[in-house]
Parts: sequence; structure tokens; C-alpha cells
Amino acid sequence: MQVNEHKPLIVAFCCNWCSYAGADLAGNNRLNYPADVKIIRVPCSCRVNPMFVLRAFQRGADGVIICGCHPGDCHYTSGNYYTRRRMAALFSMLDFLGIERERTRLEWVSAAEGAKFAATMNDFVEKVTALGENKRLEDLRCKR
Amino acid sequence: MQRVGVFVCWCGSNIAGTVDVEAVSEALKNEPGVVFSTNYQYMCSQAGQDMIKEAVKEHNLTGIVVCSCSPRMHEATFRKTAAAAGLNPYMVEIANIREQCSWVHKDIPTGTEKAIILGKAAVAKVNLNTPLTPGESPVTKRALVIGGGIAGIQTALDIADAGFPVDIVEKKPTIGGKMAQLDKTFPTLDCAACILTPKMVDVAQNENIRIFSYSEVSEIKGFVGNFDVTIKKNARFVKEDICTGCGACVEKCPMKRVPNEFNLGMDNRSAIYIPFAQAVPKVATIDPNSCNMLKNGKCGLCAKVCAAGAIDYTQKDEYINEKYGAIVVATGFNPISMDKFDEFSYNQSKDVITSLEFERLTNAAGPTAGHLERPSDGKSPKTIVFVQCVGSRCDACAEKGKEYCSKICCMYTAKHAMLVRDKYPDTEVYVFYIDVRTPGKNFDEFYRRAVEEYGVKYVKGMVGKVTPEGDKLKVQASDLIEGKQLHIDADLVVLAAAIEPDKSARPLATMLTASMDTNDFFTEAHPKLRPVESPTAGVFLSGACQGPKDIPETVSQAGAAASKVIGLLAKDKLTGNPCVAHSNELMCNGCSSCERVCPYGAITYEDKEFRMPDRTTKIRRVAKVNPAVCQGCGACTVACPSGAMDLNGFASNQIMAEVDAICK
Repeated sequence: MQVNEHKPLIVAFCCNWCSYAGADLAGNNRLNYPADVKIIRVPCSCRVNPMFVLRAFQRGADGVIICGCHPGDCHYTSGNYYTRRRMAALFSMLDFLGIERERTRLEWVSAAEGAKFAATMNDFVEKVTALGENKRLEDLRCKR
Repeated sequence: MQRVGVFVCWCGSNIAGTVDVEAVSEALKNEPGVVFSTNYQYMCSQAGQDMIKEAVKEHNLTGIVVCSCSPRMHEATFRKTAAAAGLNPYMVEIANIREQCSWVHKDIPTGTEKAIILGKAAVAKVNLNTPLTPGESPVTKRALVIGGGIAGIQTALDIADAGFPVDIVEKKPTIGGKMAQLDKTFPTLDCAACILTPKMVDVAQNENIRIFSYSEVSEIKGFVGNFDVTIKKNARFVKEDICTGCGACVEKCPMKRVPNEFNLGMDNRSAIYIPFAQAVPKVATIDPNSCNMLKNGKCGLCAKVCAAGAIDYTQKDEYINEKYGAIVVATGFNPISMDKFDEFSYNQSKDVITSLEFERLTNAAGPTAGHLERPSDGKSPKTIVFVQCVGSRCDACAEKGKEYCSKICCMYTAKHAMLVRDKYPDTEVYVFYIDVRTPGKNFDEFYRRAVEEYGVKYVKGMVGKVTPEGDKLKVQASDLIEGKQLHIDADLVVLAAAIEPDKSARPLATMLTASMDTNDFFTEAHPKLRPVESPTAGVFLSGACQGPKDIPETVSQAGAAASKVIGLLAKDKLTGNPCVAHSNELMCNGCSSCERVCPYGAITYEDKEFRMPDRTTKIRRVAKVNPAVCQGCGACTVACPSGAMDLNGFASNQIMAEVDAICK
């Protein structure tokens, strides 16, 4: 069996009120997930500009995950609904450009769901690792 | 470029156990802008904070990165430290290397590598930080309470007691709301009027409270601390300040066949009327739809008999502008319409009534002076069937009922049943229920008393059909416990109709940009921790407009809302959150994309004059963010097609820099 040596690079955008707190809870409960996940804090998932996602892929990220509050629980009432629509469009466009669906994900993680956060990250890293390195969209001028 | 200082915390062994802190502080030294980097056991301790302060002075730092626990934990601490060192508190960034690194990763090389990357991202971000100053806005020390039921009354009294002026806007001619219509109140059975009317008098006499009755809110502008409200005072054709409420006009009015709303149409009133004897303000109102003088210009009898000369047939609707610091919504509830519930024959028989009508029927001030008489023939009923959950907890019948539990029906039905058995012990009383829900102080005891002491027959099961036959009502029902069909010949059927928010709530929510749930109940800022605040700053919720509530709960929520209002009005200035959106006027093309996504209505447009390269000037429409209203979610920054919108503290270039640092 071929051993996949590639360590993926994963950018996670987490909203301050639910998912970032969920990630903190995963830490409090010592729930392990791969160190490949690097979290960027945003006030709300709706702050994630599609440009940030594109930039991450351009700079060589292998997967991007956006986490927000559950629908109806957004700290700002309706932010995550915008995220849901925007990302549905963006992810399908990225799919068209050759970035597989498994490399992008939108997940709802509440502040109480530390276990869900860790499980989500484990699953996401596993899927992205299986896909291997991302070559699409990568700007060679930004090569690591 | 900033002069950045990096401070890596060991957090005892919490971080140092999995992360080589020495290596992290060493690695970050080479990052752009970093002029100083160190590590220490407990950065949040006094010694750690002093270390930061000294380093700021010694190395002339303009930005600080602390690699430590979650910013949700100590961001505020380190911002204070920065401020104490003479830096802008918003020049601090935290790299979360505990919860999101050392605690979730096992081996030191991995942990150290990730900690360095997180530190680099924080350095990249802080390099682009700008000093932020929270805006200040003055507070108008006056509150508006919309709705004059028990919720509004209690809120207004509590705010007024703290010394702040309050205005109550009530759309009916009198305050008092639903509670004024009730007979007795559970679980103590004291009469509603006896406990409510003194409070209404208190409102009238309180010099801090103004009542705008027969009025509604027509426009709301502004934001927390500075609401600009237009109140429409409907013409009542009676001069409020002159009318003494003597009632001579009511007596002489020849138009006496107008259905009386206060008694839910069970008796009639005159065209000029005072809703009930204890009304506040106690002034007459002319109903323009039934007054002959106003419709045809013939009559004028009330003006002739009015000794005070208060009648004014030419009165017009009046618009009043007032400024408020806080707004309390207390719009209350209504029973749902029974029109769609054909199975209960509500529209076919006068003897099928709702519980609120039953309240009026047993009320000593009601249409029958408190004698229990059938609305159809005035006979006293011998068999009464109460049906609970009519339209409540209605999963399958969402188009006619409500999915939620109306909460108060179980208790008031127990009360009605008990009162009937108390006054007329030879009456047979059945109550059909799905569940009896009695959570509340002394509630279950009360229900058990109805069953055990008063012999009310509780039957678990629903009523399938009510058919008027002769002077009887044939009730078909199922008894789920005995597993049989019941056929009861009833004289009176009382439907515990579900309650819904008042119809005025939806347009009001739009004016306030306050959010509502699918049932049109106002949503609270947090369901557990901020239950009386709306997510819209400066808007508070009191009573059943937020969800079904009984009187004790309404009063306690009203008091809680009042205390929040007092807390707000006690401030002279409001300090905002500086992490709000702002628009670059030169880039904005006035497309309104941002305005459409803003959940707070914080974005307005203004025409601004721009100087063109050819020395002419041009007026363009540009977006403007009100920092006092903006909560900083950032929805607009992404919606903006020209990139004019940006968010302080989470600017696009800052997040981009973080992405770059992570992906390097």
C-alpha cells in the first residue's frame, strides 16, 4: 500500500461566537485533531469574503473549511444565511475550476460542540489528505 | 510597519508541555516588524503584564502579539495592559496557542511548528492594525413603552420610579390590555381588576409617565440612545384635557347598537364610549364608523349634553415627534381566530365561545354582571365542556393553528372550571386535554384542587366535533384512557384558543429592525442570558410579545426590561464597539448592496459632493455606517462589489495577511 506522505495545509475560518468557541472547547476537553488545521478568527462566518478562500488556494492551501453558528443561532441574526448562499455558489464554482468538493466545506459548529468541531476537523483532514496535494489555482510565484 | 513585541506564554506547562516556547519566541524574532520577542511562565500574571509594559517603553513598541490562551479568555486583559502602557488597546493581537494548539496536539515538534505559524499570522495581522477609538453617543433620557397592557404598565412604572420620564403608546382608548378583561387570576383567584386598576391609577398619577392612548407609533428612526419616534394620535373627537369622564354623553348617545369590543361583541355600546368604568385615561372616544354626526352630520347630541364642552367633531389625527433613548416593546397577544375551526361550530352557535369571552361572561363587570348565562337564550348552563389546545400544539394543522404551546390555557381552564363548580355546584364540567401542563409556583396544587375538591371531570382526549342540535350542543369526543367514544349533550362549549402575537407587532418589528421568529414573536438577544433584550441595541422586550406568558411571568419580565432600560438611561454617553464597518467614500458607488444585507439598519446613504479632476464638482450617493448601530458582523464587507466596505479590527487586508502567513 502506498503511504501518503503529504501533510495537507488546511485553513479554517471560525466565527467568533460559536465555532471559535467550539474550537476552544475542543481544546478544553483535549480532543485531538491534526495540527494541519490552522484557524483564523472572524466575527461572523459572513465576514469570509470568497476572496479569502481563493487566496488560500492560490497560496497553496489544500482545503478550506468555514465554520459558523447553526442556522437560526447567528449572533448577528442572519449572517450565516448569507454565508450559506455565498459559499454554495463559490464551492460549486471552485468545483468547476477543478477544486474538488471535498476540499471545501461549510459546517455549523456551536459553542457547545467541541466534540463536533474535533470530529469535523478529523474527517475533513482525512478527506483532504486522501485527495493529495492541491495543484489547481496554486500560484507558482507563491510556491512554498 | 509597526514595531512589534512578541510575548510567548508558557501557561505553566499547559503550553510549554507541548510547545517549545523558546523556539517559538526565537522564530518569531525574524518576522517583519518584530523588534522584541520573549517568553514567560504566566503572561497574564502581574509580573507578565509588567514585563509587557516595560518592553513597550524600552523598545518603543507600537504593536503587541501575545501567544497564549484563547482571545476569548484574555484579550481584554492584554488590551488593558496595552492601554496602561500608553498604547492603543486595539494594537494587541492574540495567537491562540493553548486551546487551538498545545491542548489538541500531542508531540512537541508538531505543536511548536503550528504555534510558530499561528504566531506569524498574528504578527502579520498586527502589522496592519490601526489604533481604534470607540465612538461615543449621547443618551436621550426618556423611554418609550409600546403597549399599555400589564407588561407595558409595569415596565413604565419601574422606569418612572427610577426617575426617568416614560411615554406609553397604547392603540386602544385605555390602557389595561387583556388583563383588564379578565375576571379572576390563577393560582390565587384574586380579581384581575382589583390588582390591575390601582396600577393603572399609579400610571395616570405618576408625573414621569405620559400616556398616549388611542395612538400608535408611525415612524421610528435613529438608534440606541437616540431614537426619533413619530407617534400618531388618532382623532378621538373629544378633547382629552377637558373631558371629565362623567359619561353623560355615553348615556344620551342615540346610537347604542355598536358591538362592544371590550366585551368581545357580547353586548353593545354607544358610538361615543368609555371602554370600562376604570379606564385610564377616563375620557370618552367617538367611534367614527358608527357616529351619525361624523358620518352624516346629523345628531350632535353629545356636544349638547357635554357640560365641559369637550366634544370636537373637527378633531384631526395628530402627529407628535419625540426623542427616546430606549424603546420597550410590549405589544402583547391575541387569541387566534376560530373561523377555520369548523369542527367546533364556533360560527354556527352562539353557545360555543372562546375562553376570553368566558372571562367576560363570568366577570362581575361583564355583559351578564357575572351571572353565568348562555349567550343564546340567557339560560344557565347545566353541562359545560371546556376544550383545551384549540389551535395550540397543532403540528398537522399549521395553516389554521400554531405549533407551539400557548402556555396559559391549562391554568385558566382549570380556573374557569373551578369557578363554575364553585358558584354553580350542580353544573357538570368536563375538560378535554392533550396534557395538563402546570409548571409554576402553586400551579399543580391549583389544578389538583380543581379535580379533587371541585370535582371537575378531566378527560384525556380531544373533542372531534361539536354539533348544535336544538338548544343543545352535541359534543363527540374520545377518552384516550378509557379507550371509548364520548357523546355529551352540552349547554356551553368553551374553546381555549391558542394565543398569537398582536398583529401590530410585525410592522413594528420592521420599523425597529428588530428580529422575529416564524410565529411573529420577537426574538431575544440570547434565549437564556439576554431574554429581555432584542438583538437590536436599545430595543427591549416585555411580556407576551416575546412568547406566551402568564401574568406573574409577564410582570417579572417587565421589571427585568425596565432595569435594562434604567441601566441604559443612567449613562450619559454610550461607548460603542470600535470594531465596526466603515465605507470608503471614494470607492463607494451607492449601489445599496450593503444596506440590503445589514441586519441592523446601520447603513444609510447620503449625497456627497466630490471634486473631480477637471475642477468641477459632482454629487454622488455614498453609503454611511452609523457606528453606534453597527455590531460589526461584516456582512456588508462581502456584499460590497467595489470593496469600499471594510471592518475595523477584521479588515480584509488583515485577514488576507493571516491567510498568507498561514499558507507560506
